[in-house]
Amino acid sequence: MLAIKNLVKEYVPGKPVLRGISLDIEGSDITAIIGPSGTGKSTLIRCINRLVEPTAGEIVFEGRDVVQLSGSELRLARSRIGMVFQEYNLVERLSVMENLLTGCLGKTSAWKAFMRKFDADDICRAWEMLEIVGLTGFANARADSLSGGQRQRVGISRAVMQRPALLLADEPTSSLDPKTSVEIMELLARVAETKNIPVIINMHDVDLARRFAKRIIGMAGGHVVYDGPPDGLSDDVLKTIYGGESWLH
Amino acid sequence: MSTTAPVPAYIKPFQASPLARAGWVVLIVYLAWAMSSLDFNYARFVTGLDNGAKFIHRMFPPNFERWDLLVKGLTESLQMAFIASFLGVIISLPLGLLAARNLMPVVVTWPVRLIVIACRSFHPVIVAIVCVKAVGFGALAGIIALTVASIGFVGKLFAEAIEEISMKQIEAVRATGASFMNVVVFGVVPQVMFRFIGFSAYETDANLRNSTMVGIVGAGGIGGTLFAAFQRFDYDYVFAIVLSIIGLIMVGEVLQLWVKKVFKQ
Repeated sequence: MLAIKNLVKEYVPGKPVLRGISLDIEGSDITAIIGPSGTGKSTLIRCINRLVEPTAGEIVFEGRDVVQLSGSELRLARSRIGMVFQEYNLVERLSVMENLLTGCLGKTSAWKAFMRKFDADDICRAWEMLEIVGLTGFANARADSLSGGQRQRVGISRAVMQRPALLLADEPTSSLDPKTSVEIMELLARVAETKNIPVIINMHDVDLARRFAKRIIGMAGGHVVYDGPPDGLSDDVLKTIYGGESWLH
Repeated sequence: MSTTAPVPAYIKPFQASPLARAGWVVLIVYLAWAMSSLDFNYARFVTGLDNGAKFIHRMFPPNFERWDLLVKGLTESLQMAFIASFLGVIISLPLGLLAARNLMPVVVTWPVRLIVIACRSFHPVIVAIVCVKAVGFGALAGIIALTVASIGFVGKLFAEAIEEISMKQIEAVRATGASFMNVVVFGVVPQVMFRFIGFSAYETDANLRNSTMVGIVGAGGIGGTLFAAFQRFDYDYVFAIVLSIIGLIMVGEVLQLWVKKVFKQ
């Protein structure tokens, strides 16, 4: 489904952020990527849908190397990968409904998008999605009038509207309070289960990762230093990932 | 209380810049020289006042007898202002997008920026003189001149507005697999729409003022009537025209406020 091989990313030549990452993602579970700030978690996630250009390596998604794609083929691959952002990244001045339909832009021409001529089927799906995430009645509200938790639910809905085969989430709960964070994680788990797709989530909250992920990937210094079930996250492993130990107690 | 000891010599809390002081001296000397060489003094001012009093005396009461000519000129100015603003905004939309450095490569932004800078380089009246020479007297020359000025101003404002948008929202729209034009329609336009409407209203207001002036060089509008009245020393008619222009600008101001209110946020 998704196979990353020897992925390297250098923003500055000679100073790699990702130093040869290899991962295989299958199934319909949540995979959490944890690691200290600046270790390349966001870069890794963004390389998968090419929001960031990889320097070297392969990213095979649905049988094709995303790194080699360009133009409409790249856009098609992107439309198959949903993405959820830390700061929601909704288009603030558009309505909630328009933000959801943004998920259908991959298959809509610019003229139709401008005239707001979306498929009736997609509009109905968006309407149902609002019901599922508990935002019935907010369809015409402007995105910037919502609270953080509501915005993130719109962000997830937008990604689901793409009918993705893979969902990426870049620290989806880092801007939210603990209760809302759990609700958002529950929603992501539900998406993984009902849509039967794998979800890859970057996160800082180790406890939340333990609670929701079936698989944890620990990154440090641009390498994968742990890859396994949450049970295997011992204090020693956490020390390898984050360094130091005073923070553990 | 402690006694106030002088600040030790090695502490220099405020540094004087000799260069800045020299600059001030040069500026004052230059101003004094310029005033003396241009006959700019009180005696000359008093002589002028006498003439001014006669002029103002002849302006009263304003003479609206030739109101038909006045209305025709004002109507033409108004039409020119709206047509030129419309054309200027329409042409500035693609130019502003192409000149935005956050969305376009340098090879595109530079030539487009040069075009916009060229449009802004000259005062509308100078462009109007060129246009009158090129296409002859009348409103067409004025419309072209005002359109060029609008592109120079609005094009720059549009480009700057696009450069200030949030790239996070753009990133999210790109991540859905949207094409570039889709990103523009769903990512860029919603973010800049309301500022664009404000700029367009402002430019229409500016064109309303400029359209009363380009007529002086024969490019149509009330300016031509005003200039002719001056040359015939019909100062009472001049006053009537000036009052009408003030009225027109005030209407423009109200219109601009109204547009801003309707499209607020």
